[in-house]
Amino acid sequence: MTAILYVLLAIVVAVAIWQMTSIFKLKSVIATEKDNNIQGILFALFGIFFYGLMIFSFVKYTSILLPEAASLEGEDYDDLYVVTMGLILVVQAITQFLLFYFAFKYRGVKGRKALFYADSHKLEMIWTIIPSIVLAGLVLYGLSVWIDVMDTSDAENPLIVEVYAKQFQWEARYAGEDNELGLANVRNIKGINTMGVDMTDINSLDDIPVRELHLPKGRKVIFKFRSQDVLHSAYMPHFRAQMNCVPGMVTQFAFTPSMTTEEMRANDKTVAKVENINRIRAEKGEDEYVFDYVLLCNKICGSSHYNMQMKIVVEEEDEFNTWLKSQKTMAQVVQ
Amino acid sequence: MSDHHHKETFITKYVFSTDHKMISKQYLVTGIFMGIIGVFMSMLFRMQIAWPDESFSIIEAFLGRHQDGGVMTPDIYLALVTIHGTIMVFFVLTAGLSGTFSNLLIPLQIGARDMASGFLNMVSYWLFFLSSVLMVVSLFVEAGPAAAGWTIYPPLSALPQAMPGSGMGMTLWLISMAIFIASSLLGSLNYIVTVLNLRTVGMKMTRLPLTIWAFFVTAIIGVVSFPVLLSAALLLIFDRSFGTSFFLSDIFIQGEVLHYQGGSPVLFEHLFWFLGHPEVYIVLLPALGITSEIIATNSRKPIFGYRAMIGSIIAIAFLSTIVWGHHMFVSGMNPFLGSVFTFTTLLIAIPSAVKAFNYLTTLWKGNLQMNPAMLFSIGLVSTFISGGLTGLVLGDSALDINVHDTYFVVAHFHLVMGVSAIYGMFAGVYHWFPKMYGRMMNKTLGYWHFWITAVAAYGVFFPMHFIGLAGLPRRYYSNTAFPLFDDVADVNVVITLFAILGGAAQIIFLANFFISIYKGKKAEQNPWKSNTLEWTTPVEHIHGNWPGEIPAVERWAYDYSKPGHDEDFVPQTTPLYEGEEES
Repeated sequence: MTAILYVLLAIVVAVAIWQMTSIFKLKSVIATEKDNNIQGILFALFGIFFYGLMIFSFVKYTSILLPEAASLEGEDYDDLYVVTMGLILVVQAITQFLLFYFAFKYRGVKGRKALFYADSHKLEMIWTIIPSIVLAGLVLYGLSVWIDVMDTSDAENPLIVEVYAKQFQWEARYAGEDNELGLANVRNIKGINTMGVDMTDINSLDDIPVRELHLPKGRKVIFKFRSQDVLHSAYMPHFRAQMNCVPGMVTQFAFTPSMTTEEMRANDKTVAKVENINRIRAEKGEDEYVFDYVLLCNKICGSSHYNMQMKIVVEEEDEFNTWLKSQKTMAQVVQ
Repeated sequence: MSDHHHKETFITKYVFSTDHKMISKQYLVTGIFMGIIGVFMSMLFRMQIAWPDESFSIIEAFLGRHQDGGVMTPDIYLALVTIHGTIMVFFVLTAGLSGTFSNLLIPLQIGARDMASGFLNMVSYWLFFLSSVLMVVSLFVEAGPAAAGWTIYPPLSALPQAMPGSGMGMTLWLISMAIFIASSLLGSLNYIVTVLNLRTVGMKMTRLPLTIWAFFVTAIIGVVSFPVLLSAALLLIFDRSFGTSFFLSDIFIQGEVLHYQGGSPVLFEHLFWFLGHPEVYIVLLPALGITSEIIATNSRKPIFGYRAMIGSIIAIAFLSTIVWGHHMFVSGMNPFLGSVFTFTTLLIAIPSAVKAFNYLTTLWKGNLQMNPAMLFSIGLVSTFISGGLTGLVLGDSALDINVHDTYFVVAHFHLVMGVSAIYGMFAGVYHWFPKMYGRMMNKTLGYWHFWITAVAAYGVFFPMHFIGLAGLPRRYYSNTAFPLFDDVADVNVVITLFAILGGAAQIIFLANFFISIYKGKKAEQNPWKSNTLEWTTPVEHIHGNWPGEIPAVERWAYDYSKPGHDEDFVPQTTPLYEGEEES
């Protein structure tokens, strides 16, 4: 594949140079009937290339896409995605076909007169009203999902976690037994208190700072995001979750994990994807990769933006609770 | 005013010219020069993405101290992405496209001797030139040029401690953009005044070619939105240099707490995108206007739904000013606002759909003359649809969550505003080259240029959607830090090869363009058998455009293949015969 493209490239450059020398000799500068014919046919061929590329990409690249969502909210996201993509593909297939077909079919012929057809109120009404109706449906559907995802007011006993971003590292803090995060400000950053937690606030004492995010399956998690320096974005693609971390304010996002790390590792699509990745890694002589959820930075934040990540582990609620109990609280850490 | 005998020196004719035709050529050549830099940068960073650890002598040669043994540093990677975006969006597709064709066509197509103010027009170009020089100079400062992304979100862009590019490079970026905005405003005001006041006898607003409608509305959007970016840039300069806290608050960096308190980066995002989104249409509308004109002429058919086309241009322009928040769905903005912006954003799909269907209907039963300009115009319709449709994903706040800032976005906007607008620009150059230089460009080279570019553009941006859907964030120097993304590496190689192919194809255009200026075949007065007024002027440029009286306009611009006429075109200057109805 790569070699062929290199050869193509060389041919193109050669042709270009060859063409340049003939530029001075050319007499005809306006498309002739012969040009119209050739270019019209080329548009038909280009149409075939276009559909070929579409089909090729879908066949070849479906394996690299993300596996199904690992959160309850993400499942709704995926449904909305499928509906929207389906619609896009249908419209795309039809309109591009018409475009290339017309370019081929109506390529210029000497002496033929084009149809003088300047307006049709009826046609224009059709393609104003139909898209309007379809879009109205799409907007309503989209907004219902959006509100479901963003509205956390009815969450019962959610887990509160702070995710804290800085160049080029993530940290996190659990709200502890009182499930309430203590106040924090970058002005309190000192030594081991890297997130600037306000230790005079009583809610802070039982907070639990960690460097690896663990989440319980089936319980809603409300994330509170902070940043200590520049904008970052906490992106958790497997959960269909993303929110910017903004210095000077606290932002929020929530989801309910629905698949533990173990379950996701056993998922058919993940297995296939990981096998493929490991085949590539083996060729390069790199170690085997085992799937893990990951939190990555998705807002340009400086030199090492491309390597700002934190592992996420989703486990059953009792395992999660055991893990959380084994972690030190802020009070213990700071002492 | 037809004082074309009056003596001109080299300086007043070629350098400080007030003639709109010369200024238009100055914009075009400067735009092409900046385009070469911008495209070349994309080749370099695409090589880094495809072959992250390999050494290239070309990188060693061009990046100097910003590389190590032929591998670029992460900082210069970010700088290249940033400057590529800035140059392509503003310098090529705003000034190079709108500046060139608004200047050339507004006076010629409405029947005016020149712009309302030739002097302001000249000042506008030279400010643009100055800002281009500053932007290029910024590439050579010690710590490298601005690198915080073309959106320059603070605090990253505000704090030199945050990244090397946020020092002198960012200062020059901000000054360059401030001057650019001044240039753009002078130009836009001139276009608006000229279109409103200087139309020839009979040139009603409803007889204007769609090119002029597009340029006119684009200028209005520019006047409404560019000043907001200027204010954002000025406030950012204050934060950077004078210690204010408009956009900064509670920052701890490099081991110390900064004094900033109470500002918000989200405010900057609002100000930036209040221009940033209309900017998409500032780039795209002129291309759509140019394409409308070229498709009608080369289909030998009236543009279908002339009034609907004007209506959709105005609708798009209006809506473009109330959708900026769709860039900020996950910025921490109130989710309710997200709902509002989803609604307004998806509304834009309606006038866009009308435009696409009207193009298709114009082609239907036409007699298509496949000149290079026509190929690029058809190409534009294709990429406009492909890129526009994925807007339905990104404009929907819920769906945006997981594709925001991934390569899916990069693929989307490159197709819908990058490739489409550049196709419009190429179409315009091929079509109006005879009007600009009195010579014709080479047709065969034009065909090669189009087909290689068309294949390469889809080869780059179609697969790119998939790596975005795989969750790959944009602006990553390398994807090797995540084993999760090891399977997109191959796709990135394919994309880069197509990118190099597409970049190389532009050499054909450059050769064709510059050689044709000197060696091209002499143009006829109306080579494309077009109806519009610019083709009634003599081939040789003269001050004041028409040697005698400015012709009066008797009909709209799209009487192609009209029954009752022998020729398949009827120039706007031809009076209606008795009993003929105006369309």
